[in-house]
Amino acid sequence: MSAGPTTTTASGTLQRDLSAWKQVFIVGLLFGGAALYVTLVGIVGTLAERAVIDDVVTVGELVLLLSAIGAGYVGALRAPAGAVNKIIGSAIAGLMSGAVLSLLILIGPALDLGEYLPNASRDLYDLISGAEILGVKNTAEMWNGEAFPHTFWFPAVIGTSLGALGGLLSLLPRVARNLILLGVGTLTITGLFAGIMRSPMLQHELTSNAARELFASNGLRMPGVFLVLGVVLLVYLVWVLIEPKRRYDELPKETKEHPAVVIPAGAIALLFVLMLPLGFTGFIPSVIALVALYALMGLGLNITLGLAGLLDLGFVAFFAVGAYTVALLSGTSDVSIAALPFFVTIPIATLAAMGFGLLLGLPILGIRGDYLAIVTLGFGEIIAILARSDLLKPLIGGPAGITGIPKPLASIGIEVGAGSWLSGPNQIYYVSLISMAVIAFIAVRLRDSRLGRAWIAIREDEDVAEALGINLVQTKSLAYMLGAAFAGLGGAVFAMLFGSVQPSSININVSILIVVIIIIGGMGSIPGVVLGAIVVIGLPELFREIAPEYRFLLYGIALILVVRWRPEGLMPSRVGRQEMHAGDTPTEGEGPAPPDRPDAESASASSASGGA
Amino acid sequence: MALLETRNATKRFGGLTAVNDLSFDLEEGAIVSVIGPNGAGKTTFFNCIAGFYQIDEGSITLDGVELHALRPDKIARLGLSRTYQNIRLFGGMTATENVLVGQHQHLAANWMQAVLHTPSQQKEEAEALEEAHRLLDYVGLEGRHDLLAQNLPYGDQRRLEVGRALGTSPKILLLDEPTAGMNPAETHEMTGFIRQLRDDLGITILLIEHEMRVVMDISERITVLDYGERIAEGTTAQIQRNKRVIEAYLGKAASEAVIGEYEPDEDEADQLAAAEEAGAHAPKPGLAPAGDETGELAEKD
Repeated sequence: MSAGPTTTTASGTLQRDLSAWKQVFIVGLLFGGAALYVTLVGIVGTLAERAVIDDVVTVGELVLLLSAIGAGYVGALRAPAGAVNKIIGSAIAGLMSGAVLSLLILIGPALDLGEYLPNASRDLYDLISGAEILGVKNTAEMWNGEAFPHTFWFPAVIGTSLGALGGLLSLLPRVARNLILLGVGTLTITGLFAGIMRSPMLQHELTSNAARELFASNGLRMPGVFLVLGVVLLVYLVWVLIEPKRRYDELPKETKEHPAVVIPAGAIALLFVLMLPLGFTGFIPSVIALVALYALMGLGLNITLGLAGLLDLGFVAFFAVGAYTVALLSGTSDVSIAALPFFVTIPIATLAAMGFGLLLGLPILGIRGDYLAIVTLGFGEIIAILARSDLLKPLIGGPAGITGIPKPLASIGIEVGAGSWLSGPNQIYYVSLISMAVIAFIAVRLRDSRLGRAWIAIREDEDVAEALGINLVQTKSLAYMLGAAFAGLGGAVFAMLFGSVQPSSININVSILIVVIIIIGGMGSIPGVVLGAIVVIGLPELFREIAPEYRFLLYGIALILVVRWRPEGLMPSRVGRQEMHAGDTPTEGEGPAPPDRPDAESASASSASGGA
Repeated sequence: MALLETRNATKRFGGLTAVNDLSFDLEEGAIVSVIGPNGAGKTTFFNCIAGFYQIDEGSITLDGVELHALRPDKIARLGLSRTYQNIRLFGGMTATENVLVGQHQHLAANWMQAVLHTPSQQKEEAEALEEAHRLLDYVGLEGRHDLLAQNLPYGDQRRLEVGRALGTSPKILLLDEPTAGMNPAETHEMTGFIRQLRDDLGITILLIEHEMRVVMDISERITVLDYGERIAEGTTAQIQRNKRVIEAYLGKAASEAVIGEYEPDEDEADQLAAAEEAGAHAPKPGLAPAGDETGELAEKD
């Protein structure tokens, strides 16, 4: 919308329109600048290896195309009213975004940009000037510094047309627009994962033909494109016309919770979860096991942070205790002291971590909020340093760590082949599943108990909780210890998954990762934590295939998006949603100004810090 | 022995003496108000009693037990409960859950029993839930038990705070400005309700209030603080006529103007006469010399 004065005189309108067009130009330049940055930083170049639709468009090209369309879309939003104006505005914005890249083509080789920015290579110039598409040959001659880059106009022209397309998109009714966006998005994602989906399908007779038709090793083939678009269209039509979600919500509670509905649904879900790793080969079962492992630890931290509001950033300390306990009790390094089976080592590791939690917790649990975070962070670092120290080397192996930790079945003497359903990673997966079930059970039971209420009360307003007779240190210790126990359990399982424990795996990233899982998934909500683990751990592992350098970039973007648009998490608990959007509804009571104590935290501040 | 006895309590924050040599008795079963201008130290006094602050000098005893250096949760277990000037409910919990938290100290199940859902734990939870519902109905929150505390209207939130405090089965209840922000009708209801708490449940009430209607209506004794010191104590009639009190609220000129022109109206005069006849709430020796109409303090304790 224009930002000009709101008079209705002719000159007022003119002024408003002029400032609108100015905005259109600026939008185009901004998108162009972003495209330029992304190009010079190398994202486009790397992603150009990766096809979305085989032989048609790569991810890198898609990024540039989308920047032009995006410029057009936003430009149309900013342009003055009227369809013609909007289209012209979108074309201009697209033109500006493309012009920036055209400028790069014109100036770049002359300035020998490639010397400072290695990504500004000939291949890049070829890419953005459309050499392949226009069939220009002898590009080497074009870039000898004296020759004129003939097709420099390419980005600008493409930008203009795509910008206009973006403008058209903005004028479409929302239903159509959503469909198009959904189609493009799904195509991109399936294109990215085509290779991953193809390999297992090639191995089974039934699916190998389909795999060859639909997927190339790199991107979708045309039949696959049509299939994806067809499915998207179908699903969308069903969603819009039949409105399944609304109808489900409107069902009476008795129907939704009726045993005849819940039991089969639960059975199917259970079956799916149990059979999940069996459909995959290669590295995917390991990824699934790792996701389950982190979900397990997430559930543990969910009790400490999600229920009791204790900002524990030193989770990795207990993880280390669990991992090293298992390593010492079943590994084959010199420092190992026993060779016990897994059903002995795991409980011992859990209890050891719990004991550690008590030990570390008691002195510090009087500390509040952010300061507790720092102290626990310190603990994590102390443990990490101790793990690789020479001081403890005779006991726990120093920087080399401990190796030779057997998988669960191996520890009781059962050898299993790699392809069997009980292969190493799958064993870990099932152990993690069982542990997750145990934790979830404990968490649910505790939440509706005296202790759970005390935890939530402490999280909401510690001082008032204390004034109601709750012993803060005792209650907090229990939360801290339970969280520590499950961190230790996670560490134990981790040690068995990778067969060894190295101090390099004991680092602050583990702690932070688990906190991120809870935040993205939804604090306090058990399905949310599982979803968080899938998103935070599973996706980057899958992205390793596609763009290894950028998985943390995508990761960071996902984090920012979730925290900005959905701070309560992807699948929050009822309370989480209420807490995060409390400011949206006018339910605050009036109260006299002076607080109860000079350093009193208001209820929202304490829940915010508990929820940080 | 009074239920709550304060002797020479002093609380300092650096250079500021918020409570200064305060001595005060609260008899069991009484409803007493603490009033005074803003900043007089009333809430600080409450916080000292409840254990949020530790007094620097003097002593506070509840039922003979010295409260100094006791943690707030210990003090709560001695039978003291309070509400807050700015409502401090557990917003994300339902009304029922808030009251259940109040009952924390009276429940015995530990976490393992909770996980295993032992019969004794289940029985205890069921009983606690029933009690919570009963308390919520008692404070006037029928039908709203399952609403989130932060979604309740303001008046209901005040009631819930009282309900939660009642969950602790207190002997003595500190109410910090319970009618703040209420309209006259709600104020009148709350006043009756407070009296009911004492009459039905035998709870001793100590009240901080600014709304003089409430103070004069409900209090059996009034203690007036200014700058952390007790400047007057007595019945409502005595306090209304106390020069120092008026001075504290309205300034010296006003006190002279008011005292000079003051004449008790008919009702007042009857009240005074009746009180003196019945000998009820006779001022304690040493605090307000007998026969003194204005509650003037002749000497400090």
